[in-house]
Amino acid sequence: MISKRIFSWIAVFFLLLLQVSCDSGGKDSATSQSGSQKSISIKGSDTMVHLTSSWAEQYMGQHPDAQISVTGGGSGTGIAALLNGTTDICASSREIQGKEKELAAQKKIDLVEYAVARDGLAIIVNPANSVTELSMEQLRKIFIGEYTNWQEMGGPDLPIIVLSRESSSGTFVFFQEHVLKKADYTPKARLLAGTSALVQSVASDKGAIAYVGLAFALEAKATVKMVGVKSADDAAAVLPSDETVRAGHYPVARPLYLYTNGTSSPEAKAFVDFCLSEAGQKIVTETGYISVK
Amino acid sequence: MWKDKAMRLLMLSAASTSIFLVALIFIFLVKEAAPFALKPGLDALFDRQWIPVSFVQERYGILPLVTGSALVTGLSMLFTIPLSVLGAIYIAEIASPVEREILKPFIELLASIPSVVLGFFGLVVLAPLIKSLFGLGTGLSALTGALLLTLMAIPTVITLSEDAIMSVPRAYKDASRALGASDLQTIFQVIIPAALPGIIAAIMLGVGRVVGETMAVLMVTGNSALMTWSPLAPVRTMTATIAAEMGEVSFGSLHYQALFWIGLVLLAVTFLLNIIAQRVLVRYGMMK
Repeated sequence: MISKRIFSWIAVFFLLLLQVSCDSGGKDSATSQSGSQKSISIKGSDTMVHLTSSWAEQYMGQHPDAQISVTGGGSGTGIAALLNGTTDICASSREIQGKEKELAAQKKIDLVEYAVARDGLAIIVNPANSVTELSMEQLRKIFIGEYTNWQEMGGPDLPIIVLSRESSSGTFVFFQEHVLKKADYTPKARLLAGTSALVQSVASDKGAIAYVGLAFALEAKATVKMVGVKSADDAAAVLPSDETVRAGHYPVARPLYLYTNGTSSPEAKAFVDFCLSEAGQKIVTETGYISVK
Repeated sequence: MWKDKAMRLLMLSAASTSIFLVALIFIFLVKEAAPFALKPGLDALFDRQWIPVSFVQERYGILPLVTGSALVTGLSMLFTIPLSVLGAIYIAEIASPVEREILKPFIELLASIPSVVLGFFGLVVLAPLIKSLFGLGTGLSALTGALLLTLMAIPTVITLSEDAIMSVPRAYKDASRALGASDLQTIFQVIIPAALPGIIAAIMLGVGRVVGETMAVLMVTGNSALMTWSPLAPVRTMTATIAAEMGEVSFGSLHYQALFWIGLVLLAVTFLLNIIAQRVLVRYGMMK
């Protein structure tokens, strides 16, 4: 008898607990959306973390009362966070897709898109690999698994090891759309978490090939080799660099975006304006990306 | 009087918190995964390909992930079982007290290394080693993951097996000796058979630990969703898939639901392993 009563008390206790936790959860998200403090959170693309945190540092130097937190996790993560109202600004290395737009419309979120920089994706191979240029078509065939040996491109007799970012990465989707022409990656592709793991693997594995942001490839110049890319079979090979990306000669390049919820905080807007200003664009160049102006 | 009651209530609720939480977790998993069973239906999970992000056709077959987990776990048990059982026999039966004092703390130390640190070790040290040993293009393979998991499973299995061997009544040993059996005969024909249920339970719990491990395998197995039984091929385990993809999916999408199905499968597997381990122990009177 007694144990039954005790049990019902416990049930009531936990129900109350649940109620309280649900309530506070609701309140939390409400305050973060209204943005009563001057704190801004930026979440999204791993490629852009370097850039956004440089912006944030400089901005906080100029505005001592502003608090900016920057987290990575991938463009998809950032967009999901913006749609769920847990971040003010989303950094994305790809455009927001149809399904996500639908979801935003459902949740009455007014997405505002700013192209804040450009990035070239460098194709990197091991320095011991004699291949120096690849056409877009060859790249596609390598990454969908049609070519399996470097010999097929006049290279050494080595099996190709295809390395890729995880599917949560904006770079993964961009590369799939623009280089693979929307085909699926070969199932043999090894998916690595993060750009540094890719660089590390390419540096140590002779047959490896991977795609990374230009800034990262330049940083790792000593350990990996960048490959020139031909936009068509008869075109000249172009190595990625500031000039070739800005001029649009290098075929594997993309814009980088910041997204905000249009109706949200003025602080977020001020930050984006700073990113697009001359000082902000100077940081873009300094961190190894290509400015939009 | 009411103080007694209040205290009793407090302690009871503390003790039942974990049960309550497990129930909540289970309900949550089922709730999030359920819509997938209606559309596109459960047979989509039995596809042989896992391609959650695609412009052509998303495919949510968890079979390659299940075989990936099975391959890594099986391989790792191949190393773990002989190493741990032999090690446990040595510590329990043969080692001098001094040796035991040295061996035991080090084994326990192994258990306390964070799995990310082990993963890092695997990426930088173990993977290149495997690569040059087998002449592979890259060391990111099922075998590398299995070796790392072996390091993680050994402390669990060795400690529990040692307990099982220690709990064999001393009378068995004395009787065997009195009949003229040698040390080796006593160990392998009397003590091990008597401790076997405990050792099996230890192995089951070790398997549970290995199946659920995430970080280390995510870092070194290469994460290609291939259906393969080759130890040198890259594989993608269930845990690594959840860890790598959960952050990115939009809530309520098919991909999200499929990830919850993987979670349910994992939960079921570890649940089953634990139940089997308990059953074995209870059945042979090694646990009341």
